[in-house]
Amino acid sequence: MSATNMPQGVTPISHAIYDLHMTVFWICVAIAVIVFGVMIYALIYHRKAAGHKAATFHEHPILEMVWAIIPFIILIIIAIPATKTLINMDDSSDSDLTVKITGYQWKWKYEYLDQGISFMSNLATSQDEMQNLTPKNKWYLLEVDHPLVLPVGEKIRFLITSNDVIHSWWVPALGVKKDAIPGFIHEAWARINKPGIYRGQCAELCGTNHGFMPIVVEAVTKPEFEAWVKQQIKSPASAGTIAIPQKPLSKDEIMSAGKTAYEKNCSVCHKDTGLGMPPTFPALKGSKIATGNIKNHIDIVLNGKPGTAMQPFGKILNDQDIADIITYERNAWGNNTGDIIKAEQIKAARNQQEKTK
Amino acid sequence: MTSEATIAIPLYLKPWLFFKRWVLSTNHKDIGTLYLLFSLLMFLVGGIFALLIRAELFRPGARIIDPELFNQMTTMHGLVMIFGAVMPALVGLANWMIPLMIGAPDMAMPRMNNLSFWITPLAFIILLSTLIMPGSAPNFGWTFYAPLSTTYGPPSTDYMIFAIHLLGISSILGAINIIATILNMRAPGMTLMKMPLFCWTWLITAFLLIGVMPVLAGTVTMMLMDRHFGTSFFNAAGGGDPLLFQHLFWFFGHPEVYIIILPGFGVISQVIPTFSRKKLFGYSFMVYATCAIAILSYFVWVHHMFVTGVPLAAQLFTMYMTMIIAVPTGVKVFNWVTTMFKGAMTFETPMLFAIAFVFLFTIGGLSGVMLSMVPADFQYQDTYFVVAHFHYVLVPGAVFAIISGIYYWLPKWTGHMYNETLGKIHFWLSVISVNVTFFPMHFLGLAGMPRRIPDYALQFANFNAIASLGAFVFGISQLLFVYIIFRSIRKGKPATAQVWEGAEGLEWTVPSPAPHHTFAVPPSLYENGITPPLHAKGVDAEGGGGI
Amino acid sequence: MTNQTQKNRKTLIILILITIGMFGFGFALVPFYNLLCKNLGINGKTSNIIEVNKDPVDMNRVITVQFTATSNANLPWDFYPMTKEIKVHPGENEKIAYYAKNNSNHTMTVQAIPSVTPGLAAKYLKKTECFCFTQQTFRAGEGREMPLLFHLDKSLPKDIKILTLSYTMFDAEKFKKASTNKTQGKIN
Repeated sequence: MSATNMPQGVTPISHAIYDLHMTVFWICVAIAVIVFGVMIYALIYHRKAAGHKAATFHEHPILEMVWAIIPFIILIIIAIPATKTLINMDDSSDSDLTVKITGYQWKWKYEYLDQGISFMSNLATSQDEMQNLTPKNKWYLLEVDHPLVLPVGEKIRFLITSNDVIHSWWVPALGVKKDAIPGFIHEAWARINKPGIYRGQCAELCGTNHGFMPIVVEAVTKPEFEAWVKQQIKSPASAGTIAIPQKPLSKDEIMSAGKTAYEKNCSVCHKDTGLGMPPTFPALKGSKIATGNIKNHIDIVLNGKPGTAMQPFGKILNDQDIADIITYERNAWGNNTGDIIKAEQIKAARNQQEKTK
Repeated sequence: MTSEATIAIPLYLKPWLFFKRWVLSTNHKDIGTLYLLFSLLMFLVGGIFALLIRAELFRPGARIIDPELFNQMTTMHGLVMIFGAVMPALVGLANWMIPLMIGAPDMAMPRMNNLSFWITPLAFIILLSTLIMPGSAPNFGWTFYAPLSTTYGPPSTDYMIFAIHLLGISSILGAINIIATILNMRAPGMTLMKMPLFCWTWLITAFLLIGVMPVLAGTVTMMLMDRHFGTSFFNAAGGGDPLLFQHLFWFFGHPEVYIIILPGFGVISQVIPTFSRKKLFGYSFMVYATCAIAILSYFVWVHHMFVTGVPLAAQLFTMYMTMIIAVPTGVKVFNWVTTMFKGAMTFETPMLFAIAFVFLFTIGGLSGVMLSMVPADFQYQDTYFVVAHFHYVLVPGAVFAIISGIYYWLPKWTGHMYNETLGKIHFWLSVISVNVTFFPMHFLGLAGMPRRIPDYALQFANFNAIASLGAFVFGISQLLFVYIIFRSIRKGKPATAQVWEGAEGLEWTVPSPAPHHTFAVPPSLYENGITPPLHAKGVDAEGGGGI
Repeated sequence: MTNQTQKNRKTLIILILITIGMFGFGFALVPFYNLLCKNLGINGKTSNIIEVNKDPVDMNRVITVQFTATSNANLPWDFYPMTKEIKVHPGENEKIAYYAKNNSNHTMTVQAIPSVTPGLAAKYLKKTECFCFTQQTFRAGEGREMPLLFHLDKSLPKDIKILTLSYTMFDAEKFKKASTNKTQGKIN
């Protein structure tokens, strides 16, 4: 199952890139065969042990010019299709659909500007698989909760920027890679020929979880796309509240759920031990936030801390998970505040914020 | 001048003499030895970081180090190998061999030479200590892009900046010394076009160093200012531009990679003629090609930035310039091959490494041509294809050239022939494992695996496992190299002055081991060449000294 | 001083001067880069100069201008364009507005940084009034509309038919300037 070559892909650009790649590759192979051939010949026949006597020639300006000019000409020949393809790639005019892509540490945000839809796309692979506790599924590290759904046959214009550091949006099958730079917006385009699922990854080191923010594009027919758009507008695929469980859970059950959610969402920075890696990732064990004012604790989890890697998890997780995590943080590692936070408290905090809008 | 062996030294003086000889050294041979030993140590340290990386990547899933530490390992591996292993090794070879090759008694400025060396271990103590500081060590790649390294960088970043400043000063002072030595201290009769190509490549490299290290110094200073003094060179919030960082960094960074390889080219140009028993083919074209590469290297930095959104015109210009660099590089490869052609070759260890260099550096160079094609680069950039390319030109490229030079000149330094059988074992283990490690990375990159990730999708598993196995074999093989070196310091067949049958040059006219001081009086050279007979006039009669 | 030492000293001085020169060159590259980008109009940045429109309207061309907004580093702000897209003629004065609201519980000063794609179009986007010209200070909970008055220069290249103007809102506390715009806005 080990691929050895670039995919041909499903867009005219990805095909052009593939053709250019193979052309240059075979020319390089030819050059290597010639050079190595001469070398191997010499290694066999021009050995002292084989009785060969060394010649004395040590210069030949005309020969030197020849083997400078011939490669130069070969390069010009390769440069022509390369230039043509590049000029074509640069032209993103007359597009049918515009999608704005924002890179975050460590996920992508997709906004369909004309349709008014927007959502986050997070890695969906479980921590258990990543920690080798359960077998890895086929699309390990290449699966997300909300893929980017696009119509085939249409020219799609991508607007790419970043929320924090430089990321890079790359889907090999589409032949698109473009850096996401904070404060700047760049464009790229693609016209997908075939329906299917196409996967990519972030291609610029962006911090701890650079390897864990994949991209999944789901290309569907135009009618399917229209239907999906309608459905998105009705019930957005964003995080929000979930139904509050009817049965009150025991503290142990809450702590267990909280531990699972904590280890999935928070451990990467604050660590399983709660010790974090100060000062970049503060310790939660014995921290003022986790043992002090509950309102401040809820606030920082919901809204994050701008200017740091602490995300506004209110935009990613639902009320129950947030409540469980906060409960866990307030009682684990000897913090032992005895506080149990309920999903209603989170909902109330969100509503309070909504009121000030 | 009396040899130390004839005086009984009181015990209490020995530590002081040791200190005087090594810490206060102004002798180009001893300073060369210091650089080489330091670079060997850093090679092992950087190698351990690499093995931690390859151990983590042996299989998918979290294994031995978490993603945060993994990012620190990739960063430190790059910084240590480039600035701690390869560059100091090349400077060590320069220190040992340039005065000997041009018939000079020492470098132009011996005390500055001492300063240049000792700054380097200091800088690495600072850099490596970031691993044990609270918070993380630098974790943003050896290329330390803003804003990841400025706004979002850990506190240890400032120490890294300080270390880089120190290393820059060391390199710049070293380069000045080399230029002054080569331009002003050649023996009478040795015109520039008669000096060994190793000296030419170092002369050109030294000018590259003076041209670009100051720009790196400026860049890291701007980083420091953005981090602590309220400026916004690289911060869009204050009107700055993260891309400015990349332009400045790669303006340094691209000539830097030529700085790393050109002296290696010089070593190969010494080794191949010796073991082919044939003069280097096309000496003057080799000089012009090296100059062309150096000049062109200033114009291609944008090829590291093709996907960042630079305008079309910049992409096209850079693509053409980058393709053009392949021409003089190709000329050099053809010239080495033509030197071997119709020679009378023998395959001692230095020659084995040099031949492997020509094969494998060429592969690295050809993947570089592929990378220069901008549309294709959109699929290669920041993948393992790039990792494969630069490791081919760096490991079986620069590192093999250094190893070839070490085997080649070890008998001159130590006075003993190293163990040839062990040398050949080291070679075969290295050349096979280096290919097992890095060749599969071409496929990984083409199949879609990005760089700098601690864990990967299942379709990349097989080649990663193979690469990791190769890496461990390669790493362990270098321990054999360490043994061979240290053994030859004390043991081994005594080496003659000539050492190698086909060797030509002033360095082969002094005894092995080379006396502590040589060419106190400049040697006289024949009119029609610079190969005097074995016992040229003016060489010190005494032996002793050396290591 | 021997001849040799003299020669070496001369070389040393020349090379040190070159080194210092290259250090200065590195710093000089910064304004050089900004100048080059501005004059060639290639980094997608619009200028900070207030441009009064004197051009006649070119009724033969219609350009689509899209507007988008990004809040940097998870700023607890609402920030979005009130108009998503308009069709304009070059030379025609246009007025749109962006809405921003400080959802945090303290006063904040922000800076909106513009970026245009395609990059080459930036030079032709002339602004008469823009909230990006100054830093903006908002009290806790304050929200207000911020106007943008612009026109497209008639020499906009013919092949550009759509351009996107994007603003990224940054926390400007670190770069606070003496005078910032504190126009009163709505709270609650």
